[in-house]
Amino acid sequence: MASSMLSLGSTSLLPREINKDKLKLGTSNSKPFLKAKSFSRVTMTVAVKPSRFEGITMAPPDPILGVSEAFKADNNEMKLNLGVGAYRTEELQPYVLNVVKKAENLMLERGDNKEYLPIEGLAAFNKATAELLFGAGHPVIKEQRVATIQGLSGTGSLRLAAALIERYFPGAKVVISSPTWGNHKNIFNDAKVPWSEYRYYDPKTIGLDFEGMIADIKEAPEGSFILLHGCAHNPTGIDPTPEQWVKIADVIQEKNHIPFFDVAYQGFASGSLDEDAASVRLFAERGMEFFVAQSYSKNLGLYAERIGAINVVCSSADAATRVKSQLKRIARPMYSNPPVHGARIVANVVGDATMFSEWKAEMEMMAGRIKTVRQELYDSLVSKDKSGKDWSFILKQIGMFSFTGLNKAQQSDNMTDKWHVYMTKDGRISLAGLSLAKCEYLADAIIDSYHNVS
Amino acid sequence: MKTTQFSSSDRRIGALLRHLTAGSDSDHLSSVYASPTSGVTGGSVFAHLVQAPEDPILGVTVAYNKDPSPVKLNLGVGAYRTEEGKPLVLNVVRKAEQQLINDRTRIKEYLPIVGLVEFNKLSAKLILGADSPAIRENRITTVECLSGTGSLRVGGEFLAKHYHQKTIYITQPTWGNHPKIFTLAGLTVKTYRYYDPATRGLNFQGLLEDLGTAPAGSIVLLHACAHNPTGVDPTIQQWEQIRQLMRSKGLMPFFDSAYQGFASGSLDTDAKPIRMFVADGGECLVAQSYAKNMGLYGERVGALSIVCKSADVAGRVESQLKLVIRPMYSSPPIHGASIVAVILRDKNLFNEWTLELKAMADRIISMRKQLFEALRTRGTPGDWSHIIKQIGMFTFTGLNPAQVSFMTKEYHIYMTSDGRISMAGLSSKTVPHLADAIHAVVTKAV
Repeated sequence: MASSMLSLGSTSLLPREINKDKLKLGTSNSKPFLKAKSFSRVTMTVAVKPSRFEGITMAPPDPILGVSEAFKADNNEMKLNLGVGAYRTEELQPYVLNVVKKAENLMLERGDNKEYLPIEGLAAFNKATAELLFGAGHPVIKEQRVATIQGLSGTGSLRLAAALIERYFPGAKVVISSPTWGNHKNIFNDAKVPWSEYRYYDPKTIGLDFEGMIADIKEAPEGSFILLHGCAHNPTGIDPTPEQWVKIADVIQEKNHIPFFDVAYQGFASGSLDEDAASVRLFAERGMEFFVAQSYSKNLGLYAERIGAINVVCSSADAATRVKSQLKRIARPMYSNPPVHGARIVANVVGDATMFSEWKAEMEMMAGRIKTVRQELYDSLVSKDKSGKDWSFILKQIGMFSFTGLNKAQQSDNMTDKWHVYMTKDGRISLAGLSLAKCEYLADAIIDSYHNVS
Repeated sequence: MKTTQFSSSDRRIGALLRHLTAGSDSDHLSSVYASPTSGVTGGSVFAHLVQAPEDPILGVTVAYNKDPSPVKLNLGVGAYRTEEGKPLVLNVVRKAEQQLINDRTRIKEYLPIVGLVEFNKLSAKLILGADSPAIRENRITTVECLSGTGSLRVGGEFLAKHYHQKTIYITQPTWGNHPKIFTLAGLTVKTYRYYDPATRGLNFQGLLEDLGTAPAGSIVLLHACAHNPTGVDPTIQQWEQIRQLMRSKGLMPFFDSAYQGFASGSLDTDAKPIRMFVADGGECLVAQSYAKNMGLYGERVGALSIVCKSADVAGRVESQLKLVIRPMYSSPPIHGASIVAVILRDKNLFNEWTLELKAMADRIISMRKQLFEALRTRGTPGDWSHIIKQIGMFTFTGLNPAQVSFMTKEYHIYMTSDGRISMAGLSSKTVPHLADAIHAVVTKAV
């Protein structure tokens, strides 16, 4: 009884306001506390001063990460977690890459020390990550025109760039796709960078609204930052074609906008590191200045190690040096210097020819499994759905996620409540969390939610 | 000078040439360059960014690395060195890492936004004591953060968003990164008197006066032990007075605990000031770092604890901390926190750790004694007893920037310009060199 009293909000803690009639501690015939019309709270602690944080409200759970928490609480044996984007094996188990285990064993055997990294991170990692992105011999690297700072995975790298934009491009807007990864807006809000949206997803085609995208990028004030997903758009899985990328680059150049790539899936989308970097490299070819945030969460399975980078391609080596120094000034009061462990793993894997090949093979395997699962899901949908609906968007989409088109709240609720399929409310499912064995079940759930729920 | 341009790189080179040559023709495109983000053709959108200076503390190591002298000595950044001058990875840490690697069930899935839950609980126990009433009453929220810096930043941002008083008082002097952290977090930074250059000790009267005139409810940053950079700590009696004053004015304590166990050699002794505040039932924030006491510098392991009046408040505070963390880096890194959890949860490893910790603290205390002796033997003028009175990794020598510069130039001894030296960077072999340098700079007319 006492503990439930403490868990209710209070308006006053002063003892003189206790109403003895209403408040009966510890007696079996006391009224259930919640039914009392008015009540006062007795503080159980010695000090009677109220909390300085009393006025703080309970924040809502993160819409993406909250899905996994709800899934854990579900006891149904058919439950399926298609929420957060973490790769799962066919047995729906998390996967630690073999090369990662090898690298960690090597690191321990070598007895690497744990000294502070420089503010910009591990030099070997920064070199490797820029080379992976642009290709080792690329002019931007040869000419030392890329400022690379190790960041806390994709999120941390985006945040560093956002802070740089806020400081040095005051008033400039970031234009983000509609929809985009849920955390993008939070990052720019907290960094105090204004943002607006460009059309992207077309619910009618469950594809790209290319005309809308181009029109909105054109309309943005000159010199805006355009947030682009390098490959495997999150949450839709819908990427522009190579021809469309050319047109996007054209309009960005025309308006003197600054491209800002979020590359969270290089190698993970198509299975090929080079293919997935094509959009970024196209822009580099154009001689443009732009930002690229990278993450190794998915492609090296290093989710919890928080390893990524922010790259800023500049028109000169001098500009790159200056930009790098200013990024350091932003990182130092945020966390001083980045964590060493994940950076060393990446540097070791990329720096050893054998491990690098092994990594590429494991990445192809992961991307391959997802493509296979897409096909199986598509086949199941087509064979089970007699309505003639075109499900081919499943095959056209790429990467970990698929936008099912189930974007009405009642539809995703139906998926969860009736079928115990956990996904985000925008209709996004993580194919990485789907096994071949469960494709038929999922197809049934999707068909039901699509046709029978309005 | 090109007037017709074929490619963007041609145009850029042309524009760069125009910028570089004096009295260049102004191009009709130059008006386009006026907009700060329209640097596509020719200029850079980053043209207005200047080269930032090196971080004053971390920059010392950068300068040290560049020095070719065989007698150079790095007394800059606070990282422990062995008697042989080498970085140290604790034995318990290696054991913990081996255990982690041998555990084939370990995965690398995202931690929750609040970090490794077991680590959070163990960290709270470590700093507050396992029998802390605040822990028993479940009125603490602890979130894993990126070492001390990250914990301070997340705490600062939380206060800037949710606390009614947006001013934080920091000691004069304090760690160089403190003002930057809190300013960027959105707080107004003010100082309170702390160090007395005349006594090279605590200006206690000044401290009480300044905290006494701070607006009610203001946030006050307190170094839990081993004050950085001065090494000057209040006595327990003085801490009690500080506590009473702060509670009477409703000042919000924000502890920076970067040296628990590392200062005196005892984990409990070094946590006493914090525990005194928590024992009175009031609220406070605590930033913990495992960089020094577990030698986990580069792993970035730390924790922010907020002690609240009730479990309900703590729950709501935690939910809001998550909203600060998610847009900053989503969730914290797993490796360092896992190492700490392995060590803290295992009785044997914990005991081993306390022994290794005491050994590090003892070596530093020994360096203090040796340096004091060496100056006494040389008859160096002045009272150098502060070297043995101050506590922790650092000694505030009392040397001024000109003297520091001299020591670097003539003796290749690197320290921060405020005269702070890291005792952890000294060894029996290098003490004489440092003593010579101090003697020289003090006796010459600078």
